[in-house]
Amino acid sequence: MVEHFVTPPQWEWYIVWYFFLGGIAGGVYALGAILRLLGDDRDAPVARLAFLLSLPVLAVCPILLTLDLGRPLRFWHMMIDSRTFGLNFKYWSPMSVGVWVLLIFSVFAFVSFLEALASLRGSRAPFLAGGLGRVFVIVGAVFGLFLAGYTGILLSVSNQPIWSDTWALGALFLASGLSVAAATLSLVTRLGRHEQSAEAKLTRADRYFTILELVLLVVFFLSLGAVGSRFLAPRWMALWVVVLIGTLVPLALHFSTERRVPAMFAAVLTLVGGLALRIVVVFGAQM
Amino acid sequence: MARTVGFFTDTTLCIGCKACEVACKEWNQLPGHAPQFGDGYDNTSQLDEQNWRHVQFHERTTAKGGVAWNMMSDVCKHCALASCMEVCPTNAIIRTEFDTVYIQPSVCNGCRDCIAACPYHVIGFDEASGLARKCTFCYDRLQANLTPACAKACPTESIKFGDLDTMREVAGARLNQLRGQGMSEARLYGDKEYGGLHALFLLTDKPEIYGLPPTESAVLPSRNNVRGYLGTLVTAALGVAGAVFAFRERGGKE
Ligand code: SF4
Repeated sequence: MVEHFVTPPQWEWYIVWYFFLGGIAGGVYALGAILRLLGDDRDAPVARLAFLLSLPVLAVCPILLTLDLGRPLRFWHMMIDSRTFGLNFKYWSPMSVGVWVLLIFSVFAFVSFLEALASLRGSRAPFLAGGLGRVFVIVGAVFGLFLAGYTGILLSVSNQPIWSDTWALGALFLASGLSVAAATLSLVTRLGRHEQSAEAKLTRADRYFTILELVLLVVFFLSLGAVGSRFLAPRWMALWVVVLIGTLVPLALHFSTERRVPAMFAAVLTLVGGLALRIVVVFGAQM
Repeated sequence: MARTVGFFTDTTLCIGCKACEVACKEWNQLPGHAPQFGDGYDNTSQLDEQNWRHVQFHERTTAKGGVAWNMMSDVCKHCALASCMEVCPTNAIIRTEFDTVYIQPSVCNGCRDCIAACPYHVIGFDEASGLARKCTFCYDRLQANLTPACAKACPTESIKFGDLDTMREVAGARLNQLRGQGMSEARLYGDKEYGGLHALFLLTDKPEIYGLPPTESAVLPSRNNVRGYLGTLVTAALGVAGAVFAFRERGGKE
């Protein structure tokens, strides 16, 4: 196992919330895209809802990231070299890649949001109809999935113990991001009056995501080996329990009932668990 | 005048006077933190945004049962393959004409990615300026053809400064001398790690004792890119497959 002596970067609540909301924004968009491409007419409102949700959640992300900087007014240095005014892009630095992905994904989220708004008013925007529209949401979904997952890679591409001792963080964050996104969608869907069939589809999808997340949690700890014992301190254990409750209980509920209230409860637990996962991973490695 | 400079810190000559720490703070106008007193004579505790040199004090029990101090003046290693520079998204961290690693204060935006990357816990975040800060190798003094403040002040020449090649030779000769005197525990650190450090150390104990990663641990953050992305890609494929499968099933419970 690699042995390093690293000062924690003091990435705290802004980053935790960014990881959480980035996962929702990207995941929700991807789910909306899949629903639109594969769903029937009854799914259309939920797909639209996904695009309506993605942009506002995404909009918070750059604000959080900028506030986290020591020099917020220099946020543009991430994209433009302030010396040469050329573009800054380092494919081997996930922070650099992430900034661009965030920017490009915003364009997709914005256009899809506008289109969803338009369709809410009864008109289907011509630029997203047909094959081109399908390609558009597929490409947008790829960027969305990237956004939901790269945050784990960002942590791993460092020398910080725990973060850099595993390759599974990106995968874990993505699985959790998808699960949290499905929970968000199903929660908002159930708050309104939508088709039951779409709700059931979201619930089924969330089952798979949660199982994937649980498998990756095991992989994560296996890949950490002895280093993982740092997480076993009582205060972190408490958060891991929340993570487990946020996965196992919703899973059990998903398998046992399709009634509205338990389903909403499951969604809330999933959200809390997803947040707890990011809190424990971000803070746990730095303390 | 471009040249490749280096430090050679010979810990067997360090007397723990901290002249290097003081000279560094004087020259670089670093106010420092309030002293922290632990159970030793170290009141600076670590390298960070205020402490660009840090004299470590390690007590150890000798073979005869007495107590000996291992002291080492720690500093940024100005790695040839620098982890901090690798991840820096703004290109604030550059390699200078002296082959040193320098954080440009006018470019850094305080994202702190470099802090999580440096395996030698060198960089600190300066709340006052909002910047990541560390040893500059006295960039301004080098430009004026002056010796860095720490090396200039060191009364025992524990800290030596010169061209990196010369430093390597001096370090090698000193190692042979000490080994010849029967000091079998003497060893060099920094000629192999991270493409060759620009701060070499002569140690009398394992590197880990001094907070230096062992040679086999001297790996860069980017080592995790490919496997990180691959794992995420596989997960994305599984996730999408799961969603496709779930969305295709007919509504309601089967
Ligand atoms: S010791 Fe740390 S701060 Fe100095 S060059 Fe190497 S990685 Fe960068």
